[in-house]
Amino acid sequence: MKLAYWMYAGPAHIGTLRVASSFKNVHAIMHAPLGDDYFNVMRSMLERDRDFTPVTASVVDRHVLARGSQEKVVENITRKDREEKPDLVILTPTCTSSILQEDLQNFVSRASIETEADVLLADVNHYRVNELQASDRTLEQIVTFYMEKAKCNNILTKKTIKPSVNIIGAVSLGFHNQHDISELKRLFQDLDIQINQVIPENASVHDLKKLPSAWFNFVPYRETGLMTALYLKKEFNMPYIDITPMGIVQTATSIRSIEKLVNALGANVNYEKYIDEQTRFISQSAWFSRSIDCQNLTGKKAIVFGDSTHAAAMTRILHQEMGIHVAWCGTYCKYDEEWFREQVKGFCDEVIISDDHGLIGDLIAKTEPAAIFGTQMERHIGKRLNIPCGVISSPVHIQNFPLSYRPFLGYEGTNQIADLVYNSFTLGMEDHLLEIFGGHDTTEALSIGISAGESLNWSDEAQKELSKIPGFVRGKVKRNTEKFARDCSRNLITLEVMYEAKEKISS
Amino acid sequence: MSTVQSDALTFECETGNYHTFCPISCVSWLYQKIEDSFFLVIGTKTCGYFLQNAMGVMIFAEPRYAMAELEEGDISAKLNDYEELRRLCLQIKKDRNPSVIFWIGTCTTEIIKMDLEGIAPKLESEIRVPIVVARANGLDYAFTQGEDTVLAAMAQRCPSYQHVKNTDSHVPLVLFGSLPDPVVTQLTLELKKQGIIVSGWLPSKRYTELPVIQEGYYVAGVNPFLSRTATTLMRRRKTKLIGAPFPIGPDGTRAWIEKICSIFNIEPKGLAEREKEIWESLEDYISLIRGKSVFFMGDNLLEVSLARFLTRCGMTVYEIGIPYMDKRYQAAELALLKNTCDEMNIMMPTIVEKPDNYNQLDRIRDLKPDLVITGMAHANPLEARGINTKWSVEFTFAQIHGFTNARDILELVTRPLRRNLSLSELGWDVYSKQG
Repeated sequence: MKLAYWMYAGPAHIGTLRVASSFKNVHAIMHAPLGDDYFNVMRSMLERDRDFTPVTASVVDRHVLARGSQEKVVENITRKDREEKPDLVILTPTCTSSILQEDLQNFVSRASIETEADVLLADVNHYRVNELQASDRTLEQIVTFYMEKAKCNNILTKKTIKPSVNIIGAVSLGFHNQHDISELKRLFQDLDIQINQVIPENASVHDLKKLPSAWFNFVPYRETGLMTALYLKKEFNMPYIDITPMGIVQTATSIRSIEKLVNALGANVNYEKYIDEQTRFISQSAWFSRSIDCQNLTGKKAIVFGDSTHAAAMTRILHQEMGIHVAWCGTYCKYDEEWFREQVKGFCDEVIISDDHGLIGDLIAKTEPAAIFGTQMERHIGKRLNIPCGVISSPVHIQNFPLSYRPFLGYEGTNQIADLVYNSFTLGMEDHLLEIFGGHDTTEALSIGISAGESLNWSDEAQKELSKIPGFVRGKVKRNTEKFARDCSRNLITLEVMYEAKEKISS
Repeated sequence: MSTVQSDALTFECETGNYHTFCPISCVSWLYQKIEDSFFLVIGTKTCGYFLQNAMGVMIFAEPRYAMAELEEGDISAKLNDYEELRRLCLQIKKDRNPSVIFWIGTCTTEIIKMDLEGIAPKLESEIRVPIVVARANGLDYAFTQGEDTVLAAMAQRCPSYQHVKNTDSHVPLVLFGSLPDPVVTQLTLELKKQGIIVSGWLPSKRYTELPVIQEGYYVAGVNPFLSRTATTLMRRRKTKLIGAPFPIGPDGTRAWIEKICSIFNIEPKGLAEREKEIWESLEDYISLIRGKSVFFMGDNLLEVSLARFLTRCGMTVYEIGIPYMDKRYQAAELALLKNTCDEMNIMMPTIVEKPDNYNQLDRIRDLKPDLVITGMAHANPLEARGINTKWSVEFTFAQIHGFTNARDILELVTRPLRRNLSLSELGWDVYSKQG
């Protein structure tokens, strides 16, 4: 048993559901007790999804506990097949079904005899993998399933004539994923590389068989997609690139490796001019780093924490591109430690690998950085310590699903990141003034409040009740109550008077 | 779908495929209510993930709750439950020094048959902190029923010995149900006006202040989801339950007070005028919903009381979805609902227990209600299809009890209508390309 207050990565089934619900016309059925379908709330609230999340539960209740799921799971699968006519139904085990040890694979086989849809059992173990690992595995599982199916039917297509790419790993509830994908599409268009498929977001499982016609695969995020890319490499000898184009330098490195790769496959391209033009004149961030305003950031102390992709890229950007001192950087993706250490070597003083937010909080307090770049948890730690924080990675809140175009990848991404970094630090001139004059002193001015004239008497009870009312409305309640008391000439405000006032002059 | 005709209210039961919160969510309001408590949820990452997301920003405020996250060794019984829980509880005692630790059992502890009730007394005497066990799991319960399991367990811990002799003029009355302190004060004052002294609340603000409960005391519930607590108070603590409608809405509040008064042979004073005054002050809101229709998908067991209040406001209720219907505990509320429909001359709603959300969405498509009260999983998709929705969860967290807060219920109910009224002039009602 582990005492835990908070976690960075969710349980395995969330990863499976994120992948399943990203595809078009794929329905996931969770084998889970009542209340475990909280995923639907997250999709509907965080992503503000207009459509019903294609996830339902085959509810595990007392009866199931006593007699097993029996026909229930099979019925739920065939029912969904009739109602929604999905291409694929994914039966998703949860922590509960892991320990019930029912033969879910058997239910899947039985159900698939009756259904039009394909049926798969997600092969993830709650106690072995987390959300991110599960999403990687589920995507690989779905791709493998449809590639095997296509192989049997012998309908694999040939390579495209022009260089082409599959972008693998954009999933729902991913950090700025939708914007990143748009930016990547634009980047590939600039490079004259055709987009063959983007999976899983918005993809149809029927198109998966066309994956091998791309020249290569592109995996923008470490967390989801690598297993699929490895499978496609093994089975179809498709090369892949997993250099995340985040930041000016890494974007250039990523583009150069694409150049090398497509040239090896027979293209004849040179992207150097494009990189140079973008870096110096189109994108603003390189010039921004050079501009005098940014001098104030030199040597400022920051810390970085997040998933491996974003934390590693951010550390590089702060150190290499902005001259900021990264006191330490870290990730909660413990299973990816080796890669992470390798990536950030030389860009920070220390590397922290942990999924204990308490430890991270203590470290931040000890380090006292000028800014934090982390997840929502670090933002709240920063709030408590009065240190500004830029959010760069999941887990996130609704405000990290912005309506406006906010990619983190590609050249527009570099602009966004530059803004984020700059706005996170106290602005240069303000900083100087604060230092010289010892801070803004506005307390005096603020405390000369808007007085309501001579104050009425409050009974102790009423006074106590008033103090329980949240600060931001307390003043209004006090004024309203006193006005009410004066109007009906009562000189002592008791609890009764308070509530009478609320009833009579509501809102 | 099985149908039972009972008087004029129709009761149906569907498949139970519906969306609701896991009952462990009660931790989020109970730890705030019981100030010296600590809640330990013994479960998996799934439980923790739900809580941290459902509680939102509260989670960052160092809540007095934590997960005892079960690992593979716990499941396969490689680790000793007693030793593991001992280690964790000692740490909690050291860090937070609570007056009580609540163990919230989950689906996993049920399935692996972890003997929490057996371990607790032993550990309690060893570490000298009371440990109260409540099984608030998704196998058996929905959402607010979590509070019911916790209060039922607490009812056993209320002292039965009173130091000072009771001096009230009537048999002591204890109210049960967790409400924010201001609402507790309001309801207590309402009864005081009638000469009724509330001698205690379950739960109290602090665990150390749990009310005395003796054989023969009267008890009354303030929320419709507290049937286990009521049963425990009656059977185990030998109290007498006052079966009344719940004090939600001015009609419910008046009926609740009147019923309690009748038990103590008190002629209620000024209640009719009080109710009338409140209704008059609500007219600006009621005029927005009078004659409109509402559909409760059902997820928090407040549905019958809210439907009864909205019927009195002049709304037509098409369907009352509800996770679980205790016809005995809610008898007076159901009778008031029926009565209200008769008096308002409005069609009786169907009460659908364990609803099926898919079928409900079908019915919503057909009926096109003016308002759907639903969980957050369905709210945005319904709005995108041009249907007004109000999240049901807000009724659980808002102050809705007593005369004073009737306006707050209508503030919630009318908000989507007021908002969408102002948007409707723009002419875009449907935002989804799906059906």
